[in-house]
Amino acid sequence: MTTPTQFDAASDAAERSRLVSASDPVLEIKNLSVDYGYDDDPVHVLRQVSLTLGRGEVLGLAGESGCGKSTLAYAATRLLPPPGLITGGEVLFTDRDGTKTDILKLDDRALRASRWQDMAIVFQGAMNSLNPVFRIGRQIADGIQAHRPGISRKEALERSAELLELVGIAPDRLRSYPHQLSGGMRQRVMIAMALALDPQVLIMDEPTTALDVVMQRQIVEQIAELRTRLGFSVIFITHDVSLLIEIADRIAIMYAGEIIEDAAALDVYQRPRHPYSSALLHSFPPLRGPRRELTGIPGSPPDLAKLGGGCPFRDRCAFAFDACSTVTPELVRPVVAGDDPRRAVACLHHDPAVVRAMGQEPPAIPVEISRSAHDAERNAAVV
Amino acid sequence: MRFFLRRGLFYVITFWAAVTINFFIPRVMPGDPVRALIARNQGRIPSEAEASLRILFGLDKDATLWQQYLDYWALLFRGDLGISFTYFPTPVSDVIAQALPWTIGLVGIATILSFTIGTLLGTGIGWRRGTWADSLLPISTFFSAVPYFWLALIAISIFSVTLGWFPASGSYDRSLIPMWSWEFVGSVIYYGTLPALTVVISSISGWILGMRNMMVTVSSEDYVTVAQAKGLSERRVMLGYAARNAILPQVSSFALSLGFIVGGTLVMEIVFSYQGIGYLLFTAVAAKDYPLMQGIFLVITVAVLIANIVADIAYGILDPRTRQEG
Repeated sequence: MTTPTQFDAASDAAERSRLVSASDPVLEIKNLSVDYGYDDDPVHVLRQVSLTLGRGEVLGLAGESGCGKSTLAYAATRLLPPPGLITGGEVLFTDRDGTKTDILKLDDRALRASRWQDMAIVFQGAMNSLNPVFRIGRQIADGIQAHRPGISRKEALERSAELLELVGIAPDRLRSYPHQLSGGMRQRVMIAMALALDPQVLIMDEPTTALDVVMQRQIVEQIAELRTRLGFSVIFITHDVSLLIEIADRIAIMYAGEIIEDAAALDVYQRPRHPYSSALLHSFPPLRGPRRELTGIPGSPPDLAKLGGGCPFRDRCAFAFDACSTVTPELVRPVVAGDDPRRAVACLHHDPAVVRAMGQEPPAIPVEISRSAHDAERNAAVV
Repeated sequence: MRFFLRRGLFYVITFWAAVTINFFIPRVMPGDPVRALIARNQGRIPSEAEASLRILFGLDKDATLWQQYLDYWALLFRGDLGISFTYFPTPVSDVIAQALPWTIGLVGIATILSFTIGTLLGTGIGWRRGTWADSLLPISTFFSAVPYFWLALIAISIFSVTLGWFPASGSYDRSLIPMWSWEFVGSVIYYGTLPALTVVISSISGWILGMRNMMVTVSSEDYVTVAQAKGLSERRVMLGYAARNAILPQVSSFALSLGFIVGGTLVMEIVFSYQGIGYLLFTAVAAKDYPLMQGIFLVITVAVLIANIVADIAYGILDPRTRQEG
């Protein structure tokens, strides 16, 4: 596990909003922006997204459909289908020996060499992720052979058999075609395939979406177990926040192409700092812990093509105030005393300095987004 | 294996049905072939010969239709298709055997060329869609939209009449004796180039378009993205993942077009006076030569059936999902 670095106590407003990042990052996404459309009026699907994945960490990425979760995964691996265009930012990958490379600046050869070896992806379509005309053994082996030119087909297939065993599939299934496997098995094969070259980062884009809940649980447990055994880092993308609380170390919540909250999983769950996170947590029943009232989030996500200035969530937010329609909030450390210095939230309630700079007096911060660790414990005890 | 057995049984039944229909159709057509033959010879055959001609053609016996049908099958298995009226007294099987290699050779090679070039072009265009290569599509579609006989006539007028590069008609230099010599084979290739070229040009757009569209569809499949994510070389992704799946519908239409080689090139053979099976059918129909027509229809039917079998086998090999495994 990573340890939080010393926070600089010289706390004027500018210093305070500087975020403290993980001390041993394996993947740093910095100010990544993605547009869809090549014409004069493209849609800004990702706007200056920054995210850091620590070594060995499971980072959950949650948000509603269309908020840019998958686009982030595709952009970070440069697999963005047309008309997607990366317009700015960096994706820094830190190798085991400490060398940093910017994935976005690699040439085609280096990029292909880096793929699967450094970062592997499991896509959401378990049904369509395998080539229907090749046996699965061949599909696992060809990835191995592409990166290890010296290896023979036989050795690659032996490695593939080991990988299948790793995910709980009998090795004789190597000779099966994808259509002979169930959806859950196919997704396991995809996970086995992703682990073929012992990658340091595994990006999972809704790996369990097409599966039933029992299979979902098995797959998630398997990923967690493999992670402890093999020590890779995971970016787990899903709209299912309850699943994330179970497996993620840290959760980043996305809304309208931006990350609006980034904190330890338990902190997000018990002490959300953004009104959207708070609302999201109240829109599904918790798997464990006390019962609580369920509420939906009124309205729907904004049209990214028509997004102006200000906070993108203001129209649906119960705590919006005047400044929200003019000032676009940036990720800052929340104002609540005693919070983890690595937490970040993009809400003006937590950035009173900016509101004051506009000549307005910030309103009192709502209790829903300012619960302290102490409050949460007391709250749980009462219920 | 069971898959091929079942398909085999299916083809036997189809073959039986085709031959049966082939047998009955001429018998329900009006007209008397013997009278037609005498009339065409304009008095060179005396009318007394009518009775002997009937015996020769086997029209004298007052056999029931059922008996005729059984006889037809018996003769068929011995390879006896009767005697041609037009090329009297050559047996139909010999007439067809002479014409068939020309058609299969010329149109077969042209079709294979068209398929290969078209599919390769389609793969490239589909993989890099939105580049200048897309402009090849309307050009090739234009040539296939032009009526074939017109395209062929224009080709003759430009390349044979005006430029004099290729002969305008025929299948080889008539001063040569047909044999397996370089000179004769060279002549056949020289005479066949222009007809083959027109066939390729008029048919290639279908292959390009079909492959291009399948490539565009398949390229957005998840498994192609996965192949990219695996870091395979672009060539491997394009050929092994995208084209490998995109070619499946192409293969079945290719096999079917092989079946139509035998019967489907009537216009080309007429325009170029090429001595193939299409030209033969044309003469047979014009001369009411029933045995020859029946023989040609049979050959066409068998060719389409064989092409279907080839398509089935090819598809079974290429796409594991179509195999029924026990």
